[in-house]
Amino acid sequence: MTTSTHIKRFSARGLLPAWFFLALLLVACGDSGPPSVQESVLRRGNGAEPESLDMHNAISTEAGDVQRDLGEGLLGFSPTGELRAAAAERWVISDDGLEYTFSLRPEARWSNGEPVTAADFVYSFRRLVDPATAALYLISVTNIENADKIIAGELSPGALGVAAVSTHEFRIRLNSPVPYFLSLLTHPSTFPLHRASVERLGDEHLRAGNLVSNGAYKLQERQVGSHVELVRNEYYWDNENTKIDRVVHYVTPEPMAELNRFRAGELDMTRTIPPESFVQMKDERPDEVRTSPSLAVYYYGFNLTKPSFRDNPKLRQALSMAIDRETIADEVMGRGETAAYGWVPDGTANYQPRRFSYADMSRKERHHTARQLYREAGFGENNPLTIEVRFNTSNVHQRIAASVQAMWKEVLGIGTVLINEEFHVLLANVEQKDITQVFRLNWSGEYNDAHTFLSMFESDNPSNLTAYQSVEYDSLMDRAAAQTDPDRRKVFLAEAEGLLLNDHPAIPIYFYVNKSMVSKRVQGWGDNVLNYHYSQHLSLAAEE
Amino acid sequence: MLRYAFARILGAIPTLLLVIAIAFLMVHAAPGGPFDSERVLPPDIKENIERAYHLDETLPQQFYRYIKGVVRGDLGPSYRYRDFSVSELIAGAIPVTMRIGALAILLALIVGISAGLIAALRRNTVLDRLVTGIAMIGISVPVFVFAPLMVLVFAVTLKWLPASYTGSDGADRLLLPVIALAMPQIAFIARLTRASLIDVMNSDYVRTAKAQGLKTLSIVRYHAFRPAMLPLISYLGPAFAAVLTGSVVVEHVFGVPGVGRFLITASANRDYTLVLGITVFYAAMVVFLNLVVDLLYAFVDPRVRTR
Repeated sequence: MTTSTHIKRFSARGLLPAWFFLALLLVACGDSGPPSVQESVLRRGNGAEPESLDMHNAISTEAGDVQRDLGEGLLGFSPTGELRAAAAERWVISDDGLEYTFSLRPEARWSNGEPVTAADFVYSFRRLVDPATAALYLISVTNIENADKIIAGELSPGALGVAAVSTHEFRIRLNSPVPYFLSLLTHPSTFPLHRASVERLGDEHLRAGNLVSNGAYKLQERQVGSHVELVRNEYYWDNENTKIDRVVHYVTPEPMAELNRFRAGELDMTRTIPPESFVQMKDERPDEVRTSPSLAVYYYGFNLTKPSFRDNPKLRQALSMAIDRETIADEVMGRGETAAYGWVPDGTANYQPRRFSYADMSRKERHHTARQLYREAGFGENNPLTIEVRFNTSNVHQRIAASVQAMWKEVLGIGTVLINEEFHVLLANVEQKDITQVFRLNWSGEYNDAHTFLSMFESDNPSNLTAYQSVEYDSLMDRAAAQTDPDRRKVFLAEAEGLLLNDHPAIPIYFYVNKSMVSKRVQGWGDNVLNYHYSQHLSLAAEE
Repeated sequence: MLRYAFARILGAIPTLLLVIAIAFLMVHAAPGGPFDSERVLPPDIKENIERAYHLDETLPQQFYRYIKGVVRGDLGPSYRYRDFSVSELIAGAIPVTMRIGALAILLALIVGISAGLIAALRRNTVLDRLVTGIAMIGISVPVFVFAPLMVLVFAVTLKWLPASYTGSDGADRLLLPVIALAMPQIAFIARLTRASLIDVMNSDYVRTAKAQGLKTLSIVRYHAFRPAMLPLISYLGPAFAAVLTGSVVVEHVFGVPGVGRFLITASANRDYTLVLGITVFYAAMVVFLNLVVDLLYAFVDPRVRTR
């Protein structure tokens, strides 16, 4: 090749073919054509990447939504959140509340056509508590006989209080009565695993083509960072009532990008609605905005190992009373969140939440009492308090912290230093309790029972990050735990919440709300506090 | 040339080891751990998990275990995405990142060089000012502003293109991510080409060519274009690295399942092994790209070859 021809290739005119080359390359990079149009395909925005499809390795709500489509536990929820039979068609609970015997559906099948048996549940429960599994989420089974000793490595998994009474009869024995135990059995960690494929393939059993599941769908394809695609499980016992043929759970970690995909018609439902677009969506697409109360509370916790807050409930109450929760819920958030004047959210099953004694006071009265308490706590104009508030970096948390800062300044004259930290740094500081004074966190209910909210303040609960210690509170919680009569139990739980609200180890600010965009095409959607939406309950109306 | 390339590759090994060691210390120095959450794990459960992932070992033991694995090509298990090893995660994402990155660089080169040539040859005209102005905007407007704007216009409003990488199975899904990724590079390459060509066109040998009566276009084609491209070739390595790392935002906005997303999520999740794996990948890419650029430079410029 001569120099001149070589140079010619780089010349301006020579760039023209390169344009065609680029266009050709773009076309060549495309994949196969679209899927068949006859199929009913549900496209779900699922938030962050599900960390695992292994029922024993996941903890996130994103993984849970995929797992509830893939698998099925002994019980499940209706679209509106009522407990109902699933893999078990009925059950008997012993009088002492310790023994549960489940009759499995004889027609239940794995996605390979094999029957689902009690032995599958026994294997799965034992695997879950086996230390070698290193499961993260064990709350559903920690009350089963010997579970704690097995997790601690003192007993073998075979000692767990579960048994296959017959091919289709599965029995669980508990250490102590757990009134909400049935609702725990809806969690994916309690779903059965197909023993033969797990043991034969190891981690490879989770791959498309290998994964044998017992839910309404089976795994078709998984691309990390992109989507998890499921198709109808023809062997599922209720297959004839399953309307959607194919479900694609798209990975949508960015709420705004997810919303844009919905608006562009690429998704039928979203996991959330970004705060900055909520009002716009309410105006533009009111029929597609779905909100419902959520079992989660946003709170500011006190580090009760620090002198200013320890032994000073008056100061803690003054700080709580000075916060105008309605302003934060309605104006700073404005997506349907509700002001939190108690610890347990409304909508919690079989429970009437308690409220702060000052919940019904006027704003003026509240502020007046707050100032009085502040002075009684030993502070005032001549001895003002300065507080550090730590929160994880986020626009929402920043806005709330700035509002609280202004409210405390206005009502009590307190100076507040706002410190934002990366989430894991915040968690580490809160756990260490060395430098933290006031911190922002939230608590989401793991099951629909007041216990999930109230147990976190028990002295020995690792999630008791405020270090609240109260013998009376622990005693009330113990007495509630020992009750088999649900009404008596409710009384003890309510008393415990009343004590908690009186002691102010934390300031509940607002209760969260579930919010999603749901296309008008999606039928069968039901609002529920846990925000569970099984694809098998949904169907799609014909395109307009 | 081959011996030179081989020596460079060997020389890269200590660099990579140093990068791994620094990254290893940094991720472990960051407060918090991979299994921390608001729901604090009971001690027994935490112990079981730490044992399973060897996090109960001392830091030197963990480092030795990691390096031993890397030498065998095993980057360890991901702490967050427990169904996959780090090697599997990166290997699955590389083709997507590479495809978009290569197309973005190609687009940037074609558009950038074309625009730069036009601006240089029509210096101080409206055309030149237009190119320079647009290039300035391309450099100034960050991708996180530009990319969502494109989605709003072309996907949400006009509905011409998919809003995300997974919104279509065809090549149209690549257009917006590739343009968003290429935009700053187009601007930079256009400015670089313009400046470099103007510089070459003012040199003595070009003046001699002009004096001999050669037309401007012929001078560009036969004498000026190739030397004017030398600074651009030097820039190609960093440009490709910038495109790969710059894909973080683009991958988030368009839902592209590439390597870039892991950069943020892995460190936010304290997924130690994934952070290290990504670091090793990017470090290796930068070393490799620099090598390619050096070899390319030697190929294009005879003066480098003889030296």
